[in-house]
Amino acid sequence: MIEGIRRVNPEAWHTLREILTKLGLSVRKILPETIAIITAFLIGAIALLITGYPPVEAYSAMISGAFGDVFGIGQTLTQATPIIFTALAFLFAFKSGLFNIGAEGQLLVGAFASALIGISFNNLPVYIHLPLALLAGALAGGFWGFIPAVLKVKLGAHEVITTMMLSYVASNLTSYMVNYPFKAPGWVPQTIVVAPSAELPRILQPTQLSASIIIAVALAWFTDYMLKKTTLGYEVRAVGLNPSAAESSGISVKKGMILALVISGAIAGLGGAGEVLGVHRRFIEGFSPGYGWDGLAVALIGRLHPVGVVFAAILFGALRSGGMVMTRATGVPLDIINMLQALVVILIAAPKLIRYLLKRGGFKW
Amino acid sequence: MSMAVRMIDITKSFPGVVANDSISFLVEKGEIHGLLGENGAGKTVLMSILYGLYRPDRGQIYIDEKEVKVDNPATAIKLGIGMVHQHFMLVPSLTVAENIILGREPTKNKVLLDMDKIVNDIKGFSERYRLKVDPKVLIYTLPVGVQQRVEILKALYRGAEILILDEPTSVLTPQEVEELFKAIRALKEQGKTIIFISHKLKEVLAICDRVTVLKRGKVAGTVKAEETSPGKLAEMMVGREVIFTYEKKRVKSEEAVLKVEGLKAINDRKLPALNGVTFEVCKFEILGVAGVEGNGQTELVEVLMGLREATAGRVFVDGTDVTNTVTGERIELGVSYVPEDRRKRGLILDFSVMENLILGKHNKYPFAKGWIRLNFEKASDFAKGLIQEFSIKTPSEDAPARNLSGGTQQRVIVAREFSRKPKLIIASQPTRGLDVGATEYVRKKLVEMRDQGCAVLLISADLDEIWALSDRIAVMYEGEVVAIRDPGKTSELELGLLMAGGKRD
Repeated sequence: MIEGIRRVNPEAWHTLREILTKLGLSVRKILPETIAIITAFLIGAIALLITGYPPVEAYSAMISGAFGDVFGIGQTLTQATPIIFTALAFLFAFKSGLFNIGAEGQLLVGAFASALIGISFNNLPVYIHLPLALLAGALAGGFWGFIPAVLKVKLGAHEVITTMMLSYVASNLTSYMVNYPFKAPGWVPQTIVVAPSAELPRILQPTQLSASIIIAVALAWFTDYMLKKTTLGYEVRAVGLNPSAAESSGISVKKGMILALVISGAIAGLGGAGEVLGVHRRFIEGFSPGYGWDGLAVALIGRLHPVGVVFAAILFGALRSGGMVMTRATGVPLDIINMLQALVVILIAAPKLIRYLLKRGGFKW
Repeated sequence: MSMAVRMIDITKSFPGVVANDSISFLVEKGEIHGLLGENGAGKTVLMSILYGLYRPDRGQIYIDEKEVKVDNPATAIKLGIGMVHQHFMLVPSLTVAENIILGREPTKNKVLLDMDKIVNDIKGFSERYRLKVDPKVLIYTLPVGVQQRVEILKALYRGAEILILDEPTSVLTPQEVEELFKAIRALKEQGKTIIFISHKLKEVLAICDRVTVLKRGKVAGTVKAEETSPGKLAEMMVGREVIFTYEKKRVKSEEAVLKVEGLKAINDRKLPALNGVTFEVCKFEILGVAGVEGNGQTELVEVLMGLREATAGRVFVDGTDVTNTVTGERIELGVSYVPEDRRKRGLILDFSVMENLILGKHNKYPFAKGWIRLNFEKASDFAKGLIQEFSIKTPSEDAPARNLSGGTQQRVIVAREFSRKPKLIIASQPTRGLDVGATEYVRKKLVEMRDQGCAVLLISADLDEIWALSDRIAVMYEGEVVAIRDPGKTSELELGLLMAGGKRD
């Protein structure tokens, strides 16, 4: 596809490349991802054909649903927002050599904590109430990252197990909270609506897109800055790349790990707060269809780079929002979306295959 | 004279380097042939081609004057080529016999192992080649020297006529080296051909009949051992005369910078590694710690750097008790550290040269204040300065440390550590695996730092190095300092005895 653009319209090609380069992505670098996505769609098309659905119609419904109008774009970005947070959370811990696969739980406790602050005060000014609610989300998420960090440093418990288990704890804990102590009147397990002073503004009416997307993108930039330009980021990367050498030069590996997991959890928690304060305006049981787990995949697709993460999250968001439109328009089951997501991940995790395809395709860069 | 090995016009390139550039290498049947060269000269690549681990881009190989294609080690073994690697390929939890037969196990009725026959076979072998070893003991209980014998036996058992020994002496005591040399001579008497890879000039001259010197992927020449000298060989290797002695203008000082009292520690396997180590290092002094590896040197350094817990005893740096404090505190007190495993402990390979050069200083003025912004402009200037001062061969300060050669990587560490203006330098195997040029550079720097008043603790398995640099020599054996000697008042023989535990004060 990219090759095509270059041949047909060299000028557009040039501009496109310039934009991408400015974003820190050279075309050459994202080629494997592009090919993985295209291949996933081709395989998906075969699956559609076999099951008796017209792939061209289905895909065009999906694409126009995701990007065709303001509403579509708004929905796509809304879906992408929490995944940006959870992917950044995974990425940050990963840079320090840790696998935080518990972003789901950190997102949930962050969401609940912000809801709690949101419903607890009625007469605070916006500039105090909103930051306070967001902060509560970040702190709660950070605390949820702090537990596995301490377990790892003090007892040597592997963070993959503990963060995953704590996700289930968070899921059940928040579920209990909204089913019993904080249940709003009615039959839905949810809290009451947060005070208007704690709401994140919606920025693209009539869609649910909220200012949370701005925080997400700013956070992506800030994560990049933090990792590359600050002493903290330097230490986190040193610990991640070679803990022995970091230790030998006086960097505390334990401190680095704890910090990385706390920050990672706080990022995910902030994402949860954004969902509650911006989209749902309350904590609803099961509001996350697995944003934490998607974040892991998105971090991978985004090549563990903050800017890449934003684009990969938008891809996932588009699949979700476009997928819903596709289902409505063509009756294709939504499962095809899950399949496409899985295929992209598998294909990107198979760099050898992609390299082979590149070679056969005769791409020269 | 018929040639056992005839490698003609061998060329092998890797991305960015020509590792072997039209090398022709001839080994006579029944000779001991030394293959000498600096690290990166192409010795290992050439031998890997002969052993079938790499395929050459160009060139022919003849074994016993017949052209052959060596596609993999299995073919090499069939052709009678055996290789003893620098790092042994033995299974520690199996016996000597089990290790030797691994891969071609003789069986009864094709199912059961015929252990009696195996043990007898191996006994026969070890007598014939004078490689004494008990076939029934477990590998991990054996000292390194004996493990090496097992490796050699393994190659012979597989029918090796041509034996490649890759840096075989690097892990041995002087006594073990003597034993190895006896065995090699015995093998020669039995008609075996031996290729001896090394970068130690003295050893090559002591054991080899002829020597081929490689330099930057090319043959610098082949000479008869009896017609050359260490100086000439070194010149062939690096292209200039190398100075082997270091001037010792000793300033006497009684001021102890490092004081260690009754230090005890355990190793990773929870066994005692240090059993009460006591010594001190003064200003203007290099204390060399000699000893066979595995006698507690690694653990000693780790305890001194705060990387391993001391279970008893005290460590003082400049009068301050630092026992079991964190590493950072010692660095603050002016301790610099050149670790033994530079790729694991010394560098972050995926960091750039610049990022590596500020490691440990990254959180201090002028680079940073606290956790906030790291001033990469300052860091960059600082790195450029060090690159020049320490002649670090790198395309730029932003190149990843991984891409540098071993010698250059060590220069990065030395630059970082010595530019801290340390009071104490702990240097562990600082020249291991380095070529002559880099070795000389590191040693010169250590002496320079000493002359400026620095206290230096030098831990080295290379006795020549200890000998050349130390003002006093401490010998470690089984977790203790068994003797401290003045280099002028001891002999290589005595040190060897002390290192082997045959004598103590």
